Amino acid sequence: MAYHLIVLAKQVPDTTDVPAKAMKKDGTLNRSALPAIFNKDDLNALEMALQVKESYGASVTVITMGPPAASEILREALYRGADRAILLTDKQFAASDTLATSYILSAAIKKAGAGDLILCGREASDGNTAQVGPQVAEKLGIPQITYVEKICTLKDGLLEVQHLVDSGYERVRAPLPLLLTVMPDCNDPRPSAGKRLMRFKKALSPAEVKNSMRGNPDSASTADASCQHLKERGLLITEWNAHDLDIVPELCGRSGSPTWVKKIERVVLTSTDHKTYPPTDEGVGQLMQELTDDHTFG
Amino acid sequence: MKREVWVFAQRENGKIAEISLELLGMGRELADTLKVTLAAVVIGNRIGELAPTLIAHGADKVYLAQHERLDTYATLPYTRTVVDLVNRFNPDILILGATALGRDLAPRVASHLKVGITADCTDLAIDQYTDPVSKQRYTDILMQIRPAFGGNIIATIVNPETRPQMATVREGVMKVLPADSERTGEVVTVAPPLTADDFKVHLLESTVVERRVNLKSASIIVAGGAGVGTKENFKLIFDLASCLGGSVGATRAAVDGGFIHHDYQVGQTGTTVRPRLYIACGISGSVQHQAGMAESKKIIAINSDPEAPIFETAHYGIVGDLKDVIPKMIAAYKGSTL
Repeated sequence: MAYHLIVLAKQVPDTTDVPAKAMKKDGTLNRSALPAIFNKDDLNALEMALQVKESYGASVTVITMGPPAASEILREALYRGADRAILLTDKQFAASDTLATSYILSAAIKKAGAGDLILCGREASDGNTAQVGPQVAEKLGIPQITYVEKICTLKDGLLEVQHLVDSGYERVRAPLPLLLTVMPDCNDPRPSAGKRLMRFKKALSPAEVKNSMRGNPDSASTADASCQHLKERGLLITEWNAHDLDIVPELCGRSGSPTWVKKIERVVLTSTDHKTYPPTDEGVGQLMQELTDDHTFG
Repeated sequence: MKREVWVFAQRENGKIAEISLELLGMGRELADTLKVTLAAVVIGNRIGELAPTLIAHGADKVYLAQHERLDTYATLPYTRTVVDLVNRFNPDILILGATALGRDLAPRVASHLKVGITADCTDLAIDQYTDPVSKQRYTDILMQIRPAFGGNIIATIVNPETRPQMATVREGVMKVLPADSERTGEVVTVAPPLTADDFKVHLLESTVVERRVNLKSASIIVAGGAGVGTKENFKLIFDLASCLGGSVGATRAAVDGGFIHHDYQVGQTGTTVRPRLYIACGISGSVQHQAGMAESKKIIAINSDPEAPIFETAHYGIVGDLKDVIPKMIAAYKGSTL
């Protein structure tokens, strides 16, 4: 029997190297000026799923929630070896906190056929909360194992993994279904496969098809025909909205989110006295002398 | 009876973990502001001897949840135990350390209770909140303060409609209050309602890894960022640290770049430090990193980019190539101490 693996992935702004043009005058970040990327930790989760697929036989479904543009990471997942991609997009999903997000994701996982193993990255690089994985596991009523470094064995529906804890690491065994959150750098995510890239670069979600036809008077019927055509070729990305997931609208978006942002402040961290020294022997020497004199070095 | 402030007390080698003692100090301030009881929750087996420590560090009350199968942490039975305690005693606030354990347990508990939670807070406070949409005014609300979004922002998060208000708090943001053995408190023992389903995950083997780095207690830290460029260049950071008798730290960018192990990270998901001297080498100064080190007594920044935000925080700045400047610092230090 082949296992069904589900990877939860997120598209995030690339904050690793923020260019000056992405900073607003007030010092906050203009997220739209940053490239949107596949959350780094989620690539490790996808790679772990693809390795399970190779070793034990499995199908890999990748699910993301976001605007239609988030389909880009689903295509990337298909290039790398995922079998199926699902986009969860709906205006009602916007402004969801981690609790509302976990509710929506758990509904999508159930609709996608539950899954034997759910894999998520340790955390998303834009929020760094590491909350959604455990929150989804609780909603699904299945055990979670966080900070997984490697899968040791999978046999007779029993999974053995090594994961990090505060004191070091543990090897644990549990029956499927399970949710794992995966450590960054625990594996080397494979690049896109050339053939798969050629095949799936034309894959689109219905929302993307519709967006591309804006302004066209017959857009509705043309979009339907276009989606049908993509579907026949296996290039239509599955797309579900709140209605498809049969979820309670009040539990999504802001109304389903108990955490609210009260305020966001620019942090002005400034020192009261600031001295600069030139990068010369003399400048560096003066600085070191000053710190020696005031016993900063001890 | 006013709702209590709760601190989840994590155990480590048979003792209370330092982070939990830090949180008792923070919880004490919150409870005093609200004029309510501060309680510590500790879960395990035969852990009664830990209660006096928790009381000495600020708890008015200790909930002891004991069971022979709770000696080692596991997500499901601990979740059920905390959820049961919350449902029985209805605390106003529940805070946990943002440790591996806290970040595993807290979101699971919050998801079960359907309450709001904020991860990795750097500060907590009590204030009022008026919702801009409904105009509803809430008093005595927990302000959950954390850096966010990789930019220069700090967000204040509230969850005024659900109880308990939950947050995890980073290690090292609060100092541990000195123990006061004169303090007295109440101990409440509870039996957790566990089921066989809670033990689906079997621990096969546990390996203890000594923390390689103890940045929290370091008085001099030399830290490297993305600007260090390579793993080889990072040796310069180690050289300067060893010369000054300091510890090595790193930014997330340096960790992500593979220059150095995660244990060395200072900032958002790393450690908060307040050394006597912090030397930031090739660090531009993201808010996460700065939140983790801004309380250092003296900060030196070395960066080839004169516009790097780190220069605004630093007391001393050197605009230059660290590959050039660090050897000069080592030479100058050795020269002055010979």
